[in-house]
Amino acid sequence: MSRSVISFESRPRLAAKARVRLDRQTGRYVLLYPERGLELNSTAAEIVKLCTGEYSVDDIIARLIATRVGVRADVERDVVDFLDRLGARGLLDTT
Amino acid sequence: MTERVRPYTLVAELTYRCPLRCVYCSNPLDYRRHADELDTAAWMRVLGEAEALGVMQLNLTGGEPLVRHDLEALVERARRLDLYTNLITSGVPLTRARLARLRASGLDSVQLSIQDVRPASADRIAGNPAFAHKLDVARWTKEHGIPLTLNVVLHRENLARVSAMIALAESLECDRLELANTQYLGWALLNRQALLPTREQLDGARKEAADARDRLRGRIEIVFVLPDYYSDVPKACMDGWGRRFLVVSPDGLVLPCHLAHTLPGLAFENVRQRSLDEIWHTSSAFDAFRGESWMPEPCRSCERRAVDFGGCRCQAFHLTGNAAGTDPACVLAPTHGLIESARRTAAEPSTSPPLAYRGPDLARP
Repeated sequence: MSRSVISFESRPRLAAKARVRLDRQTGRYVLLYPERGLELNSTAAEIVKLCTGEYSVDDIIARLIATRVGVRADVERDVVDFLDRLGARGLLDTT
Repeated sequence: MTERVRPYTLVAELTYRCPLRCVYCSNPLDYRRHADELDTAAWMRVLGEAEALGVMQLNLTGGEPLVRHDLEALVERARRLDLYTNLITSGVPLTRARLARLRASGLDSVQLSIQDVRPASADRIAGNPAFAHKLDVARWTKEHGIPLTLNVVLHRENLARVSAMIALAESLECDRLELANTQYLGWALLNRQALLPTREQLDGARKEAADARDRLRGRIEIVFVLPDYYSDVPKACMDGWGRRFLVVSPDGLVLPCHLAHTLPGLAFENVRQRSLDEIWHTSSAFDAFRGESWMPEPCRSCERRAVDFGGCRCQAFHLTGNAAGTDPACVLAPTHGLIESARRTAAEPSTSPPLAYRGPDLARP
């Protein structure tokens, strides 16, 4: 298995094949892509909204830390893990 | 624990008409009895009712959905409902201009079938010289920026070429490659002796797919689906009966899976008479195999019962005559000998029987 391919400087952008919508049954956001769907918790939804190619991974972490109580190391790990999982599914373009 | 059951995916079988005659077609053998197709207005209503029920993914399939002239209108309606729309197609008949119109209407992704990487073998299985055109369709799909899944149905005649299939997917820059072994229902059950592979063939192909999956991770998603006949445990067919999927047949029957209307004794209802919501929540056929109370032993006390939901009801019926039995694919099923015997036949050297092509002539009671 490969190690994390996401660097703190990279600027992830959601791949064109993925679309976010609200699940009206649950009130949660879901990430839809060919024949699959991924339910997003509130943190994941925040991260996905910042995957526009505009923000670096560092920026995303900083934004998340600003809005919650928590340890920086935990937020870093959550963001990188989640972005890695998206990347492994081919759902991110990184520049 | 109460899980509110709602569907996530609508499989809209717009028509059973198809220019191809694949020998493993998963449409029912008596598909001509369902030729009275829903009109555009009915499908428009079905899409809205499905979305209101919780559906977010739409698979437009058939038969060949491209033979419907209202496909663009249906795609446009689906986009307005914020459904993620997959076109599941043979690519015949399709032009570059029509694909552009479908994209402009809001089509999200294309799943294109090819039958093999060797043109003559592909065309033999499809009963139609379509292979070269399919490669054009794949290229146009990428040119229009549409995510492309390539789907290849595997069997004993093409399993040796899985590496070449992966290479083709790479050269076409597919997003996803589905290497899906034939499941032996419908026309494939008729042709089982000609199609069922040996364990050695499968193991080799599976290894090639696994290696490629690691190598291409993040670029091409590679899915390898075993045939139930070699999986030893049943698959979670449709993720469980009436749990996540809704299928609407060309003539409007609402089904938990695309072959459920081949099961006797179940009264499936039609969108022409009742709403999807009513059918999903109150139809007796949808309740027939929901949950666990219908399960026989050994399913009822099995620790996997919430994993595989007892397997495939259609496989149980078409192999044993009992739709409520344990799926014979399971090693614990009392009827598993039927599967073992088919595997033994596959391992014997023999000449392949002639192929029965999908067509209107095969009448079945």
